[in-house]
Amino acid sequence: MITTPPRIVTSRVGLPDSFTLERYLATGGYAGLRQALSMAPADVAAEVNKASLLGRGGAGFPAGRKWSMLRKAATTYLVVNGDESEPATFKDHMLIENDPHQIIEGTAIAAYATGVEQAFIYCRGEFALGLERLVQACNEAYAYGAVGADVLGSGYALDIVIHPGAGAYICGEETALLESLEGKRGFPRIKPPYFPAAVGLYGEPTVVNNVETVSSLPWIVLHGGDAFAALGEGSSTGTRLFALSGRVEHPGWFEIEMGKTTFRDLIYDPSLGGGIAGGMPLRAFIPGGVSSPWFGPEQLDLELNQEAVGKAGSMLGSGSVVVMDSDTCPVRAAWRIARFFNRESCGQCTPCREGSGWIEKIMHRLENGLGREEDIALVLDACDNISPGLNWPPQQTTICVFGPSIPASIVSVAKMFPDDLLVHVEEGGCPFPADAVRRG
Amino acid sequence: MARLSPATRARAEAIVACYPKRRSALIPLCHLAQAQDGFLTEEAMEDIAGLLGCTPAEVRGTASFYDMLHTEPVGRHVVTVCTNIACMLAGAYEVLDHAEALFGISVGQTTADGEFTLEEAECLAGCDHAPCVQVNSRFFGPVDPDGLDALAEDLRAGHLRETVPAHGILSRVERNVGLPAREARSRGGAGRQPRPSEAPGTVAR
Repeated sequence: MITTPPRIVTSRVGLPDSFTLERYLATGGYAGLRQALSMAPADVAAEVNKASLLGRGGAGFPAGRKWSMLRKAATTYLVVNGDESEPATFKDHMLIENDPHQIIEGTAIAAYATGVEQAFIYCRGEFALGLERLVQACNEAYAYGAVGADVLGSGYALDIVIHPGAGAYICGEETALLESLEGKRGFPRIKPPYFPAAVGLYGEPTVVNNVETVSSLPWIVLHGGDAFAALGEGSSTGTRLFALSGRVEHPGWFEIEMGKTTFRDLIYDPSLGGGIAGGMPLRAFIPGGVSSPWFGPEQLDLELNQEAVGKAGSMLGSGSVVVMDSDTCPVRAAWRIARFFNRESCGQCTPCREGSGWIEKIMHRLENGLGREEDIALVLDACDNISPGLNWPPQQTTICVFGPSIPASIVSVAKMFPDDLLVHVEEGGCPFPADAVRRG
Repeated sequence: MARLSPATRARAEAIVACYPKRRSALIPLCHLAQAQDGFLTEEAMEDIAGLLGCTPAEVRGTASFYDMLHTEPVGRHVVTVCTNIACMLAGAYEVLDHAEALFGISVGQTTADGEFTLEEAECLAGCDHAPCVQVNSRFFGPVDPDGLDALAEDLRAGHLRETVPAHGILSRVERNVGLPAREARSRGGAGRQPRPSEAPGTVAR
């Protein structure tokens, strides 16, 4: 079912000057921060708890609970994660370019609620235009008084620094993000401690929230946590941005009420994905970023609900859905995903660093007709060395969850398309049409 | 080759002052040095180390981890073709093959005239415009082979100088505020005097 929920994070997107302070103020901007400042910090946090806002970065951890875990200390930090790099995820990129003031306002609300006086917004380096707009918005916010020594005359002091990344997928992992923000290689930290809320930036307690998560805060504060929680289904409350790409007529982002709309709606409805490009049949789709196990046509009627997708053996993850049609070679798709993991492995842990290379090489020779039948067992064995048992959710042998994410697509192909793997071996090549630019 | 100019150095000092610890400014300072020279020169990395209170090896060791930071010269236009799953399904490898033929170079190489460097990227978060291409971190897409021809021609002719600055220039908007909140509180953040161990220029060479 397609509902028409309020546009919580995308209300300004589409306006030609959506990123300016003038337009932001004319459309209710910074009213949420004003409202928050009139409340006690604990009451702001209580509204976010009532909203049951789940983190929008990929792990789906409740934002309110994350805040409540912040260890009491003289110095605490807030870091907003805008290092969006999960393949086929482009929602934060859109928010950063189109509504940077909403991110600044959300950051200020989160900082006020958690008693933080220094916040950082870590923006992926490749988003040059986004960085320009964020820095501009930050300058304007200081001049307007929404950030600085006396936030909107409340006596609360907050500094925000826009920090550029420099191209490394792993920096989206929150402890790697903090290392990077400390001026180091983006190496995920050894756990425990599990949460930056205990030991974070410079060893101090730190809240790390995703861009879309903080972008939801102005609306939640203005309309109340109950209004947010009234949207959605079960623990999946509110709206969420879904990024749809691959072989669909209308690739793009869509702000959708959680738990109501199904994958079928998202992919086929004329107001959303508009169906498979060229009217081809669906072969498979990736429901939540390339770390998630794939689904087939039989899962199309699942709702976009974190719990339901989890029970079905995958995850909503970063909210990115990649569609593969009947012309898509699943072996080639899985090879390209393995190649991504191999290129982006930070190199700290042997199973991930070496395993990703093995898996990429084996998948490459299978796809190109140079594989042997025993390669299929070999690639699964390499996967098993990274994540023993090849279960979902995966077992972990590495410092972070990057490694255990590698097997998902390989195991999906082996389970869903074993015949396609064999055909590559038997025919000594890929039986599918080469992917090509769509013209006309 | 290129030390940090006085203007770049002043800008670097202002950036360092935004952070509670100097070392945090490493990536922003590397971007700043790239904006000056197009890539990170040995001398710039030495200057950055001096500003941050770390060794040049630490600057290089960190910079080499990140795809956007170049420790070797690159062309005026770094053309980055995304070939990750969403772009691949939209024909990105056809675009990449075409780029290699068009420029007469392989991925990772620079044309003899110093005009173009070609790179293959992981997902650039432009999947709604697949296949997507970046030139000096500015987005184009969807790009087909004909579109790439036209883009290269425009870049060569200098028609896109407004939208595509020279390589290394990341944000043309600079932070124009200090840290009034922290200065007002003077509780020992970025506004404070650096400790001797963090002071610039104390690193043994």
